[in-house]
Amino acid sequence: MTEVTAAKMPSRVVLNQADIDRALTRIAHEILEANKGSQDLVLLGIPRRGYPLAVRLAHKIAAADPAVNAKAIVGQLDVTMFRDDLSHQPTRPPHPTQLPISGIDNKVVVLIDDVLYSGRTIRAALDALVDIGRPRIVRLAVLVDRGHRELPIRADHVGKNLPTSSSEKVRVRLEETDTVDGQPVNEVVIEGGQ
Amino acid sequence: MKHLLSTENLSIQDAIGILDTAEEMATVGDREVKKLPALRGRTVVNLFFEDSTRTRISFEAAAKRLSADVINFAAKGSSVSKGESLKDTAQTLAAMGADAVVIRHWASGAPHRLAATDWIDAAIINAGDGTHEHPTQALLDAFTMRRHWSKLNGTASTGSALKGMRVAIAGDVLHSRVARSNVWLLRTLGADVTLVAPPTLLPIGVESWPCKVSYDLDSTLEAGVDAMMMLRVQGERMNASFFPSTREYSRRWGFDDTRLKALDELGLKDTIIMHPGPMNRGLEISSSAADSPRSTVLDQVRNGVSVRMAALYLLLSGDSREAAPSLSSAPSSSKENN
Repeated sequence: MTEVTAAKMPSRVVLNQADIDRALTRIAHEILEANKGSQDLVLLGIPRRGYPLAVRLAHKIAAADPAVNAKAIVGQLDVTMFRDDLSHQPTRPPHPTQLPISGIDNKVVVLIDDVLYSGRTIRAALDALVDIGRPRIVRLAVLVDRGHRELPIRADHVGKNLPTSSSEKVRVRLEETDTVDGQPVNEVVIEGGQ
Repeated sequence: MKHLLSTENLSIQDAIGILDTAEEMATVGDREVKKLPALRGRTVVNLFFEDSTRTRISFEAAAKRLSADVINFAAKGSSVSKGESLKDTAQTLAAMGADAVVIRHWASGAPHRLAATDWIDAAIINAGDGTHEHPTQALLDAFTMRRHWSKLNGTASTGSALKGMRVAIAGDVLHSRVARSNVWLLRTLGADVTLVAPPTLLPIGVESWPCKVSYDLDSTLEAGVDAMMMLRVQGERMNASFFPSTREYSRRWGFDDTRLKALDELGLKDTIIMHPGPMNRGLEISSSAADSPRSTVLDQVRNGVSVRMAALYLLLSGDSREAAPSLSSAPSSSKENN
């Protein structure tokens, strides 16, 4: 849990709980549509906030298609060791990588993260995937795309496109990972900037 | 953490952090590609002034699994045998651009000397110095114990300590750096440690250590132990007569077949038998004890690679460029968002 006390910086909420839920419902249906059904689907969340989003998406996919067992298609992919900024950042402890029992070989893997920004996390995730197995297709779903890409990477499914200035910070807070003033929250806020 | 020299001043957060990271490193061994790119382009020097098989190989395997370049240095056959000093050796390695130095030395304190001077600006990892400390061995022992202890308690091993575990360490405590490092680390993690040895093989001042001391292995076993660690009788350091004969030692302080049977009779079905290796079979541990299902000797070797990967990763991955010019507020420097 990340405990946040009320923000000192100017901040505004851009997605509330209902907005996040609607966006995830739409992404779940887009994933099913793009895959023409639920066969071979695997959802891999990137720690920390990608994983709870992947779990939520899996439940929404299971609700839309009764043949799907939500637990059996969701996993977590840690990319810490594959980052390109390890020697430029304070040491990051690695998170566990948990794959669905079926593995990822010949599967349609949908990577899930909270914010798409420079694209460097996704590059690391693609490297991490190659070392684990060989998916048939890799797609990317994010809750927020805030622009400022530094690599030729784009998302297949986006919850909300958010034009931002690079001096601003986009914070995703989910009840699985965060509390604000002791209360669980589900929101996306923009902090700082003008 | 810049260096790993000792377990004495390792905080419980740091200790658990290393063990948790090791837990993630252990999963790499099960994957299709048993390698991580985390330390690509870094150079790790194994500087061994004393003989070693498993520690050196284990560090080499750990560094290679993290994609670091490894240079092995053994004092035998090097300029050290021509009389080169530690300072000159260290400065030579610094000039070659070593990022980490894993050092084993016959002199207690040699790693501290490297870390405290400006001879070399690299992370120093103590791989055993004289009769002082061997921190990575203690960490891998604690890792092995923690996996066993949390399995018994039905909890996840990640994040947990060793609260309430009864550990007995028996044998040549006087010469053992493994015993020293273990006593400090296990105290930090909350285990109850008992040292068992003949009075001649206990160091001066042992009464001030944070552990109990016993001269009788059988009564220690009767009081109940969850992990029994046997230490090697270090023949190469035995320059005086510490016990009358090896047979007497083995009868009184060795883990023989009778004591292995006694564990079952005492109802200690979950007690594990540990040994840091290399073993003197028939002296401090009998063959049937070493090969019994209770023995964790090979687990310890396996876990050693994971723990050393964790130590190398945590020491080498941080920000290496102190006060580097910040690249404005480039997106990649934001920690939170990709």
